[in-house]
Amino acid sequence: MTHVKPKFAMYWAASCGGCEIAVLNTHEKILDVDANFDVVFWPVAMDAKYKDVEAMEDGSILLTLFNGGIRNDENEHIAKLLRQKSKILVAFGSCACEGCIPGLANLSPVGEIVHTAFNTISTDNPHEIYPRTSYDVPEGELHIPKLEKTLRPLDHVVDVDYYMPGCPPESHQIAAVLDLVIDVLHGRATLPPKGSTIGVGNSTVCDECPRARNVKLIKEFKRIQDIAPADPDLCLLEQGIPCNGPATCSGCNARCPQAGAQCIGCYGPAQGVTDYGARLITAFSSVIDATTPEEIERILDGIPDPTGQVYRFSLPASLLMANREAFKAK
Amino acid sequence: MTDQFEPTIIGFTCNWCSYRAADLAGTARMKYAPNVRLIRLMCSGRLDPTFVLRALSGGADGVMITGCHPGECHYIEQNYKALRRFLLLRRVLTGLGIEPERVKLVWASAAEGAKFAAETTTFVEEIRKLGPLCWGKDEDGRMKDDEDIGNSSIKTHPSSFEKEVPA
Repeated sequence: MTHVKPKFAMYWAASCGGCEIAVLNTHEKILDVDANFDVVFWPVAMDAKYKDVEAMEDGSILLTLFNGGIRNDENEHIAKLLRQKSKILVAFGSCACEGCIPGLANLSPVGEIVHTAFNTISTDNPHEIYPRTSYDVPEGELHIPKLEKTLRPLDHVVDVDYYMPGCPPESHQIAAVLDLVIDVLHGRATLPPKGSTIGVGNSTVCDECPRARNVKLIKEFKRIQDIAPADPDLCLLEQGIPCNGPATCSGCNARCPQAGAQCIGCYGPAQGVTDYGARLITAFSSVIDATTPEEIERILDGIPDPTGQVYRFSLPASLLMANREAFKAK
Repeated sequence: MTDQFEPTIIGFTCNWCSYRAADLAGTARMKYAPNVRLIRLMCSGRLDPTFVLRALSGGADGVMITGCHPGECHYIEQNYKALRRFLLLRRVLTGLGIEPERVKLVWASAAEGAKFAAETTTFVEEIRKLGPLCWGKDEDGRMKDDEDIGNSSIKTHPSSFEKEVPA
């Protein structure tokens, strides 16, 4: 009897491709994937056609890592297809989990986004030619995917088994998750409950950050590049730099604060945080050293884009965006 | 029955002053707009901005936060925290396309039943003017962001769709 390896798939929807690089960045661990799985679909690494996946039996892929948000009808089609064909579907990376940077485009109408992309000073488009979703050529009709109104996280479109946040997830976390799945295959471990967030710590970035924290009270918010140099040992928020650490899930070893940059929140909301932005509003408000509305407003002026600051990675998954009519229409 | 839009307002009151103010307005039989559903917190400083977002996403058209006057907080200075959160929250809501006037902060002491009633009525009128919060839709019930490559702003360049893509 020949041993049949379980099947593995990975897909790249609306995202930058960093998640794929992060998987390859697990170095020799990637060989374990090959040793334990039969890779059936992974467009960035191997040639496979959508029709090959469509021809597979339902549930025949054991593990699918899906990265990227749902931005166009092709993303949605593949998300539904892979859901149908997979036993375990992991929302892999911040885009799939909570929308990430591409999700910030939800603040603008699609038409405006396309117009900006195809007709600005950086784009030489004298004839104002815009893409069409279908085009007739002598050989037949050609199609390109149609942009949707908003970007949606993966779980707004299909049922998701596990969430693995990060922009991208840290390689050591990916390696740990791959190890776990392999252990499960060999009967040495059991899977966490469905809906779990995997490959993360169970606290906030602040807990992993080695910087000293005292009583934080500030008179001014500043950009990190305007402080030269920032104190390498003192909490950045205490130095007036809006650092997203207090609301962000741990698991990255606080890499950015350790390297002298503020946490921007790519690991998504920490456990128990319902709305990431709301938690950050609380965190930032609590360090402001002022009691009059005028002075508070002056200090808040130091955060030029508060919405982008508190929702940089999680706008489509925030409480308000999740309730937009545009989402309900689906 | 009238066709007038009746806003739904969620009010967060603190246990020590503003809830007593609402109580006083009630026992004194003052008349004010009935649109507010009050939720009592121990302190305005307990107000997590998540509560406000949850109220708005759950169908409220406005949120009224009330607390003790500055300097009179039962927990010394927590109402200043509420003030700071409120001001930052308004900025974030503006960025999301929600009128910041939909969230209001009112200071009312336990003796200010009349002020509580008057502020409530004023707020209801202000929200009535703003209209319902269904920010995905415009007046015709169509989605504001119901725009596509072939629609809306691109329509200002109708010629573009007639042009051939150069070979």
